[in-house]
Amino acid sequence: MSVVTVEDLALHFGDRTLFAGLRFELEPGELLAVLGPNGTGKTSLLRILLGLLAPSAGRVEVAGCPPRERCHRIGYVPQQRVFDRDVALRGRDLVRLGLDGHRWGFGRFRPEDRARVDDSLAEVGATAYADAPIGRLSGGEQQRLRVAQALVADPVLILADEPLLSLDLAHQRGVVDLLDARRQSAGTPVLFVTHDVNPVLHTVDRVLYLAPGRWAVGTPDEVLTSATLTRLYGTDVDVLRVRGRVVVVGTPDDQHVHHVENGH
Amino acid sequence: MFTQLLAEHFVHTALWAGAVAAVVTGTIGVFVVARGMSFAVHALSELGFTGAAGALVIGIDPVLGILGGSLLVGLVLGLLSLRGRERDSAIGAVLAFGLGLGYLFFSLYQAYANQALNLLFGNILGVSGTELRNLAIVGAVVLVGLALLYRPLLFSSVDPEIAAARGVPLRALSVAIFLLLALTTAEAIQVVGVLLVLALVITPAAAAQRLTGRPTLALLLSVGIALVSTEGGILLSLAKPWPTSFFITSLSFAAYVAARIVDWNRGRQSRLISRPPRRTWAVR
Repeated sequence: MSVVTVEDLALHFGDRTLFAGLRFELEPGELLAVLGPNGTGKTSLLRILLGLLAPSAGRVEVAGCPPRERCHRIGYVPQQRVFDRDVALRGRDLVRLGLDGHRWGFGRFRPEDRARVDDSLAEVGATAYADAPIGRLSGGEQQRLRVAQALVADPVLILADEPLLSLDLAHQRGVVDLLDARRQSAGTPVLFVTHDVNPVLHTVDRVLYLAPGRWAVGTPDEVLTSATLTRLYGTDVDVLRVRGRVVVVGTPDDQHVHHVENGH
Repeated sequence: MFTQLLAEHFVHTALWAGAVAAVVTGTIGVFVVARGMSFAVHALSELGFTGAAGALVIGIDPVLGILGGSLLVGLVLGLLSLRGRERDSAIGAVLAFGLGLGYLFFSLYQAYANQALNLLFGNILGVSGTELRNLAIVGAVVLVGLALLYRPLLFSSVDPEIAAARGVPLRALSVAIFLLLALTTAEAIQVVGVLLVLALVITPAAAAQRLTGRPTLALLLSVGIALVSTEGGILLSLAKPWPTSFFITSLSFAAYVAARIVDWNRGRQSRLISRPPRRTWAVR
């Protein structure tokens, strides 16, 4: 049974249509990369799956339940946003917030919760710096802690929104490997929003490509082709494979920068 | 002289009032600092002054005016739930107008000049038994509120994006923290006065977060620094007849400077043994 079901999903902002008739499913253990230029609704799609944004039309279910009802835990790894240098928070506190930060009250830290936090820290290799103030860690270390925070509550689904942005190559690989390891060990599907498919190309099962007003879903070999992208963009686009990397040439990306997604 | 004063009833009342104010301000301070709301504290306290002035003009208890003024502003700022620069300029605009209004009220009723001075700079040695009781009630409300909201408040303060994704109601929390802050400010005004509220709400928490990365330890340190500042300030002002508020702000500022020196020294030592600073934190 699929973990995510999206049927005839549409999203309009005013008279702008970000996408319409969107339809895909996410199976257990699957990694779906969401690609496309800015302003095509990649982040909005995540917000719909998180239950933070109502779609204009269509049906969405996460493990058989509308996202707004929050029946299930969803792990969310955002873009790297540097913490304040002085914020009084350690890595392990950040991870713990992923477990019970939404609950009322002061909360007792039960031994089994402490063990889960420790396990998550160990899983992402952050034990050594788990007790340091988070604002004084490097961006890559902070992002590992974010992954631990997303994994600690045993989510049914992991959503990652450009989690590799402003990370160096070694840390990019580290974050991708962590998410990949969890989906293989626990079968947790991952929806991975990125503007660059290459860091995840070796592990991605399918690609959802959102172009302005049109979309396509399929394996990388089906979607990341000159023919498909030319059809999506309505203009000549070339997809080249160079040394195992995908290079897309000729997309009119620049015209779509600074549109809707920057408004959130 | 000093020991005689220590036996006086009004001194005991002052010490209790200082303790209540310190616990409440030290606690809410850690959230205020984490959310970058220092400027909002300024606005709330100065518009509390406007409220007090307005209350005197229409002949009601100025404390009600302080409460009304800060709560109104707190509600508006909380509902706007602005971030960063936009919030700064909005607060600046409201604050300037409110101060002007307060000045008008006082120029209309100059007979209250002394009371105005007390509201601006505080008069903790003049707190009455009834005022102490009211302080304790307001303080208890704020502490209970903060205890109930503790985890979502911490979550939304340090990590709003993830907190929202987890279903934490950011706007409701923003309104709640502003209202609790308004109550706290109204309370602290009576102890250290409008212009010195920052000394109790911001400075101890800012010092505490320089000293530790543990949220609960930061809270305890913040309360501790606020307590030492107020109680120490009151005692010092018994020994030397300078304004109590001066001693309170001096002590809390000294704690802040000391915390920065400790933090700087820690960073320097870890650089001297040529490791990245975070490693020494990890060993600690």
